[in-house]
Amino acid sequence: MDFTLIFFYVLAATAVATALGLLLSRNAVYAALFLVLNLATVAVFYLLLGAPFVAMAQITVYAGAIMVLFLFVIMLLGAEKLPQGEVLPWQRPLAIGAAALLLVEAGYLLLQRVRLTAALPDPGTWENSMDALRQMASLLFTGYLLPFEVTSVLLLVAMVGAIVLTKREKGEPA
Amino acid sequence: MIPLNHYLLLSAILFTMGALGVLIRRNALIIFMSIELMLNSANLAFVAFARSFEQTSGQPVFNGQLFVFFVIAVAAAEVAIGLALIVAIFRVKRNVDVDQMSSLKG
Repeated sequence: MDFTLIFFYVLAATAVATALGLLLSRNAVYAALFLVLNLATVAVFYLLLGAPFVAMAQITVYAGAIMVLFLFVIMLLGAEKLPQGEVLPWQRPLAIGAAALLLVEAGYLLLQRVRLTAALPDPGTWENSMDALRQMASLLFTGYLLPFEVTSVLLLVAMVGAIVLTKREKGEPA
Repeated sequence: MIPLNHYLLLSAILFTMGALGVLIRRNALIIFMSIELMLNSANLAFVAFARSFEQTSGQPVFNGQLFVFFVIAVAAAEVAIGLALIVAIFRVKRNVDVDQMSSLKG
């Protein structure tokens, strides 16, 4: 068996196991740390697919910035654990059944296409070169210039919105 | 040399686990993390399809990777707003349990 394929299976098992850990852990801090590991695993998949810049963006933006924000809010609110409350008895089996249905549907829709068994080539030196990065950047700043600018406005609006939402109103007690 | 369907199946499994997390957990923060998991699995499918398309067309194609950038940027904006909402709700309710968030006012 191919070494890359064994590597893929180990990583895929890690990704699924960390996603399970996210689902099942009682403590929200553990869930966040499982998600960090999952995002890092997916970053390695991006490297395997010849997308090194996306992999690095995934590590810095997702696993770095976004998850630190999550951990900060969890610890700020002290919301690691919820008190046990009453749960609807039929809700959990129904959710698991619906998720199984979704998995079958998604698997069928994604896998019924042609040419799926064609093996993707391993990334060579070109995919990891500055030349590839330069070509991608020139596409981003020519063909995708308008979406890029819209994204920057979106981030600005999100920043202002987050400040307005968490700001205390005048006279409101702490 | 990994076949495309391996990536797609992994993506489908991760997406389903994210959806399951949204359905069965009651902690609003963990529901949020499950949404991140779903976005992330969609990104994985994007990059895998981009790689396959690149192989078919025989020249470098970066559109799929650029889409992933936009998804990451939108996810960052979404997390900032969502966490601000959770903090604002926590101020009033002293709780992040979604079962308690059943009234529109106060």
